[in-house]
Amino acid sequence: MITLRINGKKHDIDVEPDMPLLWAIRDVVGLTGTKYGCGKGLCGSCKVLLDNSPVQSCLIPVSIAEEKNILTIEGESENLQLLQESWIEENVPQCGFCQPGQLIAATALLDKNENPTDDDINEAMIGNICRCGTYQRIKKAINRTVELKKQS
Amino acid sequence: MSNIKNISRRSFVKSVGLASGGLILACNTPVFSDKDKKPENLVDFNPNLFVQLNSDGSLILIASRSEMGNGVRTSLPSVIADEMDADWSRVSVQQAVGDKKYGDQNTDGSRSIRYLYEPMRKMGAMARVMLITAAAQKWQVPETECSAENHFILHTSGKKIAFGDLVEIAKTLEIPSEENLKYKSPKDFKYIGKYLKGIDAKEYGNGSAIFGLDKRLPNMKFVAIARCPVTFGTVKSFDKTEALKISGVVDVIEIPRIEKPFGALGGIAVIATNTWAAFKGKEALKIEWDFGDNQVYDSDQYMNQITENVHKQGKIGKDLGNVNNAFKNAAKTIESTFQLPHLAHTPMEVPNAVAWVQGDSCEVWAPTQAPQSTRKEVTDYLETTEDKVTINVTFLGGGFGRKSKPDYVVEAVIASKTINAPVQVVWTREDDIKHGYYHTVSAQYLKASLDKNGNVTGWLHRFALPSITSTFMPGVDYAAGFEISSAANVPFDIKNLKVEIGQAPAHVRIGWLRSVINIPHGFSINVFADELAYAANKDPLEFRLNLIGNDRIEDTKDPIKYNTARLKNVLKIAAKNADWGKELPEGHAFGLAVHYSFYSYVASIVEVSMKNNKVKVHNIYTVIDCGIVVNKNTVTAQMEGAAIFGMSLAYYGKITAKNGAIEQGNYNDYKMIRMNEIPKVHVEIVESTENPTGVGEPGVPVIAPAIVNAIYKITGKRYYNLPLSDYDLV
Repeated sequence: MITLRINGKKHDIDVEPDMPLLWAIRDVVGLTGTKYGCGKGLCGSCKVLLDNSPVQSCLIPVSIAEEKNILTIEGESENLQLLQESWIEENVPQCGFCQPGQLIAATALLDKNENPTDDDINEAMIGNICRCGTYQRIKKAINRTVELKKQS
Repeated sequence: MSNIKNISRRSFVKSVGLASGGLILACNTPVFSDKDKKPENLVDFNPNLFVQLNSDGSLILIASRSEMGNGVRTSLPSVIADEMDADWSRVSVQQAVGDKKYGDQNTDGSRSIRYLYEPMRKMGAMARVMLITAAAQKWQVPETECSAENHFILHTSGKKIAFGDLVEIAKTLEIPSEENLKYKSPKDFKYIGKYLKGIDAKEYGNGSAIFGLDKRLPNMKFVAIARCPVTFGTVKSFDKTEALKISGVVDVIEIPRIEKPFGALGGIAVIATNTWAAFKGKEALKIEWDFGDNQVYDSDQYMNQITENVHKQGKIGKDLGNVNNAFKNAAKTIESTFQLPHLAHTPMEVPNAVAWVQGDSCEVWAPTQAPQSTRKEVTDYLETTEDKVTINVTFLGGGFGRKSKPDYVVEAVIASKTINAPVQVVWTREDDIKHGYYHTVSAQYLKASLDKNGNVTGWLHRFALPSITSTFMPGVDYAAGFEISSAANVPFDIKNLKVEIGQAPAHVRIGWLRSVINIPHGFSINVFADELAYAANKDPLEFRLNLIGNDRIEDTKDPIKYNTARLKNVLKIAAKNADWGKELPEGHAFGLAVHYSFYSYVASIVEVSMKNNKVKVHNIYTVIDCGIVVNKNTVTAQMEGAAIFGMSLAYYGKITAKNGAIEQGNYNDYKMIRMNEIPKVHVEIVESTENPTGVGEPGVPVIAPAIVNAIYKITGKRYYNLPLSDYDLV
């Protein structure tokens, strides 16, 4: 048995310790917002926060994630919720498939950096591919969130 | 006779997926080519668009087309809602299953709005008129004293009634006559032509949108399939011992090859209780393959072969005037050869499908652009009848043409039938890149003559490329009509013009990819035209406008003619937006391209810089004229996305084969543009009252040639082949 703490809730699951966290989340726990895109840590679709750090869950064996705090797209965090609002306001998604991973990457950025530069955004988001090409709007939505936070 | 009917009381309401109750209108849309035909008589009434207004005020539209980022679930209902004066917040969309009763459901060819704009408007207008009639009856007042506004009918006296409260009366009314149907004036539009937010944006952002990959059924098994590295190779023998030892693997079965365009490739399938176990089991299989005829395929050698074929005379595709004479009498002739590689679609969501076969019935949940051909393939495989097969269309995590080909659904059906349980077939990213329906590879040769004033007097375009037709008719080794026309209809005013096609047999499955043949033709034509401008010692913008020539309507034997004035207009606006001719920083330059495809006109001007022999794109100014625009947000997004899609193929797009096997396998060797590489994309949409035309695809073909033309301006070097990574420029 391995215990995962996802979005504040405990899940005891019976899986091989080498199973990547992605598949434990999707196929065993049943939260499908975290996406499979490449399986090699190349596209960022599977990003989750592991103890507040962004990781590609397709690369992390489930045993390493045990007892750590996992935040997925279904979870709650101040920056994630603010970014989700901005994503809607800036009309970011096209097909929408990569957006959970993009939002998690952006959440990790804003958790650590309240006032990111353009280079900071590029660095934080470089691991996330969007085949529809929504990058420009992703950047706008991140900047919008930063501005809103400054005003409040 | 109207092609719209009130079906509120018809028994087949349930069969189209709507709950009974409410006012339900159905429309029988003619297919595009039948546009001029009269609507069929009532006996044949075969509706394919449906809208339902319930007494609680909710308005439901059935979306017959697939949502893959094209925004169709937002744009289609917005047209009805606007013309009906409905409140957008009361609108919801229900996704249609695959069924002929919904008309053409193929979500490709950039034509959803082109086909459905008019019928959507008409249904909206009719619903409005019926609600007005219902209110007038209820109040015993003349209809002329009533009007619709934001989900209410108003009376001149000031009283008002909600749409929902009129449903019971409206249900009983006849459809109003079309002759007297009044449409809204475009100036009164509330949604059409405005920036409307995506109807599913929230679900996309919180992870609750269900893509094919997210579908779950009780006791569903997960399936990964090992397919032969060489297209159409077969299994000689296999050993499943090691695979079965993996925890979670429950079975290993053989998937036969189905020899149809969208049939299963065949292979060995690992059945497991989770995706990871299936993937691991697949790796543990020991398979001996019979590679078959296509193992000879070496894409480098093949490129040499088709290049030879364009350096000799080919079959005639078009022959206007006398090109040879023009070349003989020229002041100058220029010739160039272009080599463009295969591309793969790589939608972020890999091909996948859930299928559950029970007896002779089957239910499928799949991200598909082609619900009806999916239904047909499944029906054929199961040797059953279509009524026993249900195709549920999920959200698509990108399509780009890949998900028009339901081979992955057929695999799921075979697996489910074999193990007698619901299954989800999941392709790995490697499967997706190594077993696709590739965008064609091509060699292109262009030659043109200039007179002493720098005018183009002759134009020869010869190309060799494996045809999409070869996927449907094995053995076809020349380009088909639709692959010739975008070269043959080059929008230049040239008296002597010849198009020839060279031989090019296919060794992989060739399929359509966003913009299709317009990618290679748009590239070679735009780069060559730029080259001619320099040969003529003229500014590329002025030269190109002159080459397009005077304003005229060209008869391309298509239902829609193209208009050179609109083509020049988008180029002129792009030049104005970019401020073509202005002084740019050292090492920067503009490049331009303009292309007509899917009946739309697109120009892009890109600002590029070169530093340490590396390309950087700073700005892209795109202008599209696609006639009437339904949702400016979607059109703008599609142009922004097309710019990135075009940059990805320009920078990195190249699929190669050795001994018949595709060499690339994931995003490390089949790269995409990432956040740090993006330019600012500036989009302008031409205001127009012309009929709506394509949006999803026509933004792509202009990007790569515009970049190459800008690089030439900076470096004096002309790059004829793609991708630029082959020249170490990115």
